[in-house]
Amino acid sequence: MGFEIMEDIRKDYVYDLIGSGKRVDGRGFREYRAISVERDVIKRAEGSALVKIGETVVLVGVKLEPGEPFSDAPNEGVIMTNAELVPMASPDFEPGPPDENSVELARVVDRGIRGSKTIDLEKLCIEEGEKVWMVFIDIHVLDNDGNLVDAAALGAIASLLNAHIPNEKYGLSGESSLPIRDTPVAVTTVEIGGNILADPNLYEENAATSKLTVISNADGTLSGMQKSGSDGLKEEEVAEMVEIGIEKAGEIRERYLVT
Amino acid sequence: MKKEEIELIKDGKRLDGRGFEELRPIKIEVGVLKRADGSCYFELGDNKVIAAVYGPREMHPRHFQDAKMAVIKYRYNMAPFSVDDRKRPGPDRRSVEISKVSREALDPVIIKEYYPKTAIDVYVEVLQSDAGTRTAGINAASVALAAAGIPMKDLVSSVAVGKINGEVVLDLNAVEDNYGEGDMPVAMVARTNTITMLQMDGRFSQEEFERGLKLAATACSKIYELQRTALLERYSESIGEGEA
Repeated sequence: MGFEIMEDIRKDYVYDLIGSGKRVDGRGFREYRAISVERDVIKRAEGSALVKIGETVVLVGVKLEPGEPFSDAPNEGVIMTNAELVPMASPDFEPGPPDENSVELARVVDRGIRGSKTIDLEKLCIEEGEKVWMVFIDIHVLDNDGNLVDAAALGAIASLLNAHIPNEKYGLSGESSLPIRDTPVAVTTVEIGGNILADPNLYEENAATSKLTVISNADGTLSGMQKSGSDGLKEEEVAEMVEIGIEKAGEIRERYLVT
Repeated sequence: MKKEEIELIKDGKRLDGRGFEELRPIKIEVGVLKRADGSCYFELGDNKVIAAVYGPREMHPRHFQDAKMAVIKYRYNMAPFSVDDRKRPGPDRRSVEISKVSREALDPVIIKEYYPKTAIDVYVEVLQSDAGTRTAGINAASVALAAAGIPMKDLVSSVAVGKINGEVVLDLNAVEDNYGEGDMPVAMVARTNTITMLQMDGRFSQEEFERGLKLAATACSKIYELQRTALLERYSESIGEGEA
């Protein structure tokens, strides 16, 4: 019960501040927290990245294994994206099977990569109908201070860019770098009291009633979108969020993904 | 077989004969189940779904109760025989996500504050699927909620837009969804133009996205009228009988 009261007080605080044009951590409405991307942090993974957005920390690992293709795409590799909200990342996370939030997180990241056809899946075919590379993207949330989607999506594409195909390990030969064709970047905004804020921290995320993640590609096209939260958005608000999404994605791509 | 090579548009028409901005035929029946507090059968082309609403009723387990308002629970489920390859019964990751976004699509219109500590259960069963089942489910659930007498600010209407052979079109069917370049399910409160669900996969330019959203808004207004008419028909009839 006590926690609920604290939450209400925090919400009021966030609202009041935004009403006077400020954010809890002093950022501008369209400003991100500090981002850092550290690649190849896990030796055993074929690709990995530790992403921090403010105090949110997400570790993404990419593993590749030969496996059977789907019958409707016999000559294409397979992408599997999974997210774990591990209990150490927040007092609100509990051990157990994935809940709807972790499923949504994984599926939104997956959608951005799939929609943009980031991985050239046909190049991951080893033997048509028999054997293809399965790309496992595992998102491990270590500290949740809000905006997990952007951190996870950035971690996923950063890991993919660095991942290699472990041919030798399975007695195969061939190209060793993963065929990556695009760099989708997720940008999440929330609406609070008629204002649109980029990169919500946990307080803001809890205070907001609607949230939109926009995933866009190097050429400015959109390859994924997901609205969540218990309130609606006006068409103009969505348009503004998409605008911010494309603009911020460009900046993030430029700084953290161009190699 | 290259997926991109399939021709989905011939002579300006889609394979099922529809124009770019045309919905599939819709059929709505209100109050189709006896035990549920509210129910609705909804057909969208070859999609057949039923939504049922129970509640407000006591929330179990108790610790999930909200002291300030009712809790909405939404279960989207596909019957094993509803798709070409039998679907393994029970929730999978896709249905977990769809249940979440569908619940959030309806959340903004339900006046939950009237029923603290209760649960309102919304069950959606997909009996036959042909792409667009989540939108059909939301349309059905919205009507079923109204039929259950749940206080609501408005109805929610839902439709998907997509991209096939480079064209932005309304309401994809299964073939178009399988071979198309993108899909964007939308739910709206049609009368206030408020977007309550928005998802996208595939690739859209910003201009295509904006055009798609407008297309969805127009279609949602049409669906809203059909939902409203179905409710009016169902209930004005029973009042009429009583008076006669």
